[in-house]
This record gives sequence, structure tokens and C-alpha cells, in this order.
Amino acid sequence: MTIRVEDTSDMVPGAGEVEKAPSKAYIIFRKMWHLRLGVFGLALMAVLVIMALFAPWVATHDPLSQDILERLSPPAFMEGGSWEHWLGTDQLGRDVYSRIVHGARISLTVGVSAVFVSMVIGVILGLFAGYFGGWIDSVVDFSVNAMLAFPFILLAMTLVIVLGASMQNIILALGLSNWPIFARVARIETRKLREQEFVIAARAQGLNHYRIIFKHILNNLAAATLVIATVEVARSIIRETFLSFLGLGIQPPTPSWGLMLAEGRDYILTVWWLSTLPGVAIFLACLGINLVGDALRDLLDPRMRKA
Amino acid sequence: MRTYIVHKLLHAIGVALVVSFVSFFLLFYTADPASTLLPENADDQDIARFEEQYGLNRPLIVQYGDYMGRVIFAGDFGVSWVAKVPAGDLIAASLWPTLKLAIAAQILATLLAIPLGIISAVKRYSIVDNLTILVVLVGQAMPLFWLGIVLIVIFGVWLKWLPASGSETWLHLILPAITLASFILPLNMRLVRSGMLEVLSQDYIRTARSKGVEEQSVLMRHALRNAAIPLVTVSGIQFGALLGGAVVTETVFSWPGLGRLAVESIQVGDFPVVQAIVIIFSGFTILANLAADVGAAWIDPRIRFE
Repeated sequence: MTIRVEDTSDMVPGAGEVEKAPSKAYIIFRKMWHLRLGVFGLALMAVLVIMALFAPWVATHDPLSQDILERLSPPAFMEGGSWEHWLGTDQLGRDVYSRIVHGARISLTVGVSAVFVSMVIGVILGLFAGYFGGWIDSVVDFSVNAMLAFPFILLAMTLVIVLGASMQNIILALGLSNWPIFARVARIETRKLREQEFVIAARAQGLNHYRIIFKHILNNLAAATLVIATVEVARSIIRETFLSFLGLGIQPPTPSWGLMLAEGRDYILTVWWLSTLPGVAIFLACLGINLVGDALRDLLDPRMRKA
Repeated sequence: MRTYIVHKLLHAIGVALVVSFVSFFLLFYTADPASTLLPENADDQDIARFEEQYGLNRPLIVQYGDYMGRVIFAGDFGVSWVAKVPAGDLIAASLWPTLKLAIAAQILATLLAIPLGIISAVKRYSIVDNLTILVVLVGQAMPLFWLGIVLIVIFGVWLKWLPASGSETWLHLILPAITLASFILPLNMRLVRSGMLEVLSQDYIRTARSKGVEEQSVLMRHALRNAAIPLVTVSGIQFGALLGGAVVTETVFSWPGLGRLAVESIQVGDFPVVQAIVIIFSGFTILANLAADVGAAWIDPRIRFE
């Protein structure tokens, strides 16, 4: 389930200049800090992408190969651990590090594809609704409200049950449940853009509606959409891991972070790291993506800047 | 105002009908309940008997009409295919634990969000402000179910301060409530902070200050009251989020609420129960949204004419 609320405080001119303005040095420090967070996020994201793209080379072991003699061995930083399996092994003796690396591939594929599905549906609906208004607008607005009234996670779970648990279907289920956020922003922005001079001029020149929508208006939506898409990738990754955690997502023995977490939960009393490590992976991946999203927002649209 | 309320009410009823129809269509038509629930070796006769028994062989629209009629006029949500008891009874038994959890989480999140939000708005760029931003960042990247597991490991397994799962005593409520609160805390904090920032630059605050009102009174009585409006108006949207978070939290902590019931019912294919929970959840969400819309229009008359 997501919360969709736009923070509008930053658009208020003069907000925050109530107290004495911070010193210039401090502002520069803040900017550096902000940039540094963005760079940090980018680094985390780079690691994630490299893991996903080059998983077989980054991993040290076959993620599926079992070794029952080596099962549940602790990570290297703990007593009894070895560098052979530096993040330890799971209940079947599989190398945890290699499974996390291959899990990155699954998470990123699902996250990016699901967001792509919802972005295409949502942006197209939002464009048409915002541009044409009238009954199209009413229908889209109504559908968005209906979708938002649906308990998101139950909808996604139901869709997976209906479609069957496979990677393509998880992507579809998450994609089909999450388009309203794109539709809403696209609709509101298009409505504003429709009244702008460049659109009126384009229409006066005799350009047809579809050209105006997909060329001129879409161009102006790209930045805002990209920012939302970035943050939504992180959300979709978390949702995929939850579905897999429940057994409704990626099926074993495929290394999915959510599945690893669920499997490790059975051993939580004795081998706590087994379900903690995949969680760290999820957390770092999503933190990286979110930080990049924040930085993109600052770079692309100063009006949307967070304080 | 009356036109506005009627308009919103009709809209809400429409949304409720669409949601219930779509979920009914998904669960009872596309999911093929017979094959999910009957054993693998069931022959056509068994399937026919099963469909006969639950009226699944009728046209979808008739089934839906019949179902909704009984829900609306008799409060009858059908019979669970697995437990063989009325789905309404199962839900009634799970409702209070979920409400208890949701209320505790909401109180906890609000108690933290208001002071932190105020301090971070008033003392911008201070440690508290940076901490607030950090909490928001971490909160958004942390999978809720993982936080639950980590809390269980630390407080339930290592320190043994609190029970790791179950719901027998009030102590059992603490960890799940913290987990769920962490889900809504980032948004609450941001809302208080941005609301305060916006309000503090208004003329009436300057007026209050210049007439010598004490700073504390300016903040608490003049500013917070107005800054809290967005917190009230998003409560509708937030309620849906809270229920979604409850699904995750209850699963991790084996909390006997609606969320866990939903997950278990989906897993075993007990669709009457799932359908009932979808209706209850979305019904609550729609009502909360309606209340928030009407509340916002009542506070700010301009909204009525949009």
C-alpha cells in the first residue's frame, strides 16, 4: 500500500524564511550534503545494477548449488565463519552472497518492468484525461479513485493468484495495480499544460491533438514522471519481496530476496543473519534508488525541491 | 454544502460498487475456485457438484447481484469454503485485533510526528531536522516485514524483553504497533513539518508575534492548529495505507487480525473470505476518504466549489 500525497510546502515562496536565514556557508554545506547523498545513492544503485547485469561473474558460487555439509555456516565476520562463504550459507548449504547477487537481478527486473507497465498505462490515461477533459476525464478520475480504494497488497495478491505465480505475472500484477499514481500526476500536469501558450500556439498552427499530446505535452511531463518512476521502482522491489515472502511471488529455488527472507525466518532463533542479510540488501537497494530519485527531483525540477 | 456532500456520497457509492464488482469478477470468475479448492483428482461431476453447491454455475452478474443483495440487506458475506462457517463471523473475530493495532500505531506515530515535525520546522537545519529527514529516508527504504523480523530478533530473541509473536497480552502489542507506526511516521512527520513551515510565514503569525504573544503559544495555538489541517485531510488516504501495512505487520507477528486472515485466505483459495475482507477494507477506506473530503470542505469552503 502506498501513500500518495504531494508535499506542496516547497512551492510556497518564502516558506521557511521565517526565522533568520541560515548563513551562506551553511547553505553551501547543505547543497554539498544533498549532492553527497545523491552521489551515495548513485553508488548504491551502480552496485545494484552491476550485480544484476553481471551476476554470474560477481557471484562467487552457483546460487543453486547445495552443499549439505556446509549448511548454515556463519558469515566471515562472525565466529566460525570463513571467507569461502563470506556471508555464510543457508539451510541447504547454498552461498548467501551469491544468492543475494542473483537476487538483485530478479528484484531489479521485476521493479523496473512493473513500473514500466504502470507508467505506460498511467501516463497515457492521464494525458488523455487531462487534455480532452469531459467524459474521458470523469472516467479516468473515477477509475483512479476506485483503484486507490482497493487495498493495494490484496489486489496484487489476488492478481497473482488469478494469473499464477511466475515472474511475468508478478510484474503484471504489480504493474496493473500501481498505474493510478502516474495517471493522477499526468492528468493534473496535463490540465495545467493544456492552458499554456505553447499548446495553444501549436493548436493554432493546426497540429492535431495526438501530435500535441505525445510530442509537446509528454515532453513536459517527462521530468516529473521520471522522478516518480524512480521512487516507484524502489516501492515495487519492496512489494515483490513481500509477495515472494508470502510464497505468492518468485518460486523456489530461484534466489529472490523476499523468498530468502521467508526461508531464513524458520531459523530465526538460532541463525538470525540468514533472514537479516537479504533485508539489508533490500534496504540498501531501495535507499540508493530513493536517494537518486530525490537528487533527480532537485536537478530536474527546482520547484519540487525538498527543503 | 448539501450538493457537495450528495455528489461525494454518490461518487463513493459508485466506487464501492466498482471495487466490489471487480474483486468479485477476479475471485469468482477468473480464478476458477473449483480447481483451486477441490483435490487434483476431482472429476467433472465433483466440480459440477461443487459449483452447484455454491451457485457458481449461474451467470456472473446474477451471482454478483445475489451476493451484494445479501451483503447489503442481510450483512451476509457467504460461507467460508475452508472453515465452513459464515465469513462474517471470521471477520468479526479478527476486526478488533486489527483496529487495536491500527489505533495503537496511529497514536504512536502522531505522538512522535507532531513534536518532531514542529521542532524540525521551527529549527530548520538543526540536528532534529536532519534526523527527521533521515527517518523519512530510512523509513521509505525499509521493508516493513523486515523491520518486524529485526525487532523480533532484537527484542524477542536476544534481549527477551518482549514476546515475539501472538496477541495474548498488551505486551504483545508493542512490537507490532512500533512496526506499523514506522510505516506511517515518515509521511506524518513530513506533513507536520511542511504544514508548519507554510503556516509560520503567514501574516497572522507575524501579527500574533508582534502583539507579544508568547512563542510557545504562537506555535501551539496559532500555528499548529492550522498546520494540522493537512494531517486531518490525508487521514482518509492514510487509512488505506494503514490497513495495507497491517496486512504485512500481522503476517510477520502472527497477529490474529484481518490482514493475516486475508493472507491466509488468499493462500488457501478461500475466496468468500477474501471477497468479504476486500469489501470491508475498501469500505473503510472509502468512508474515511468521504469523511476527509467532507471535513476538508467544512473547514475550507472554497473546496466545495472546485
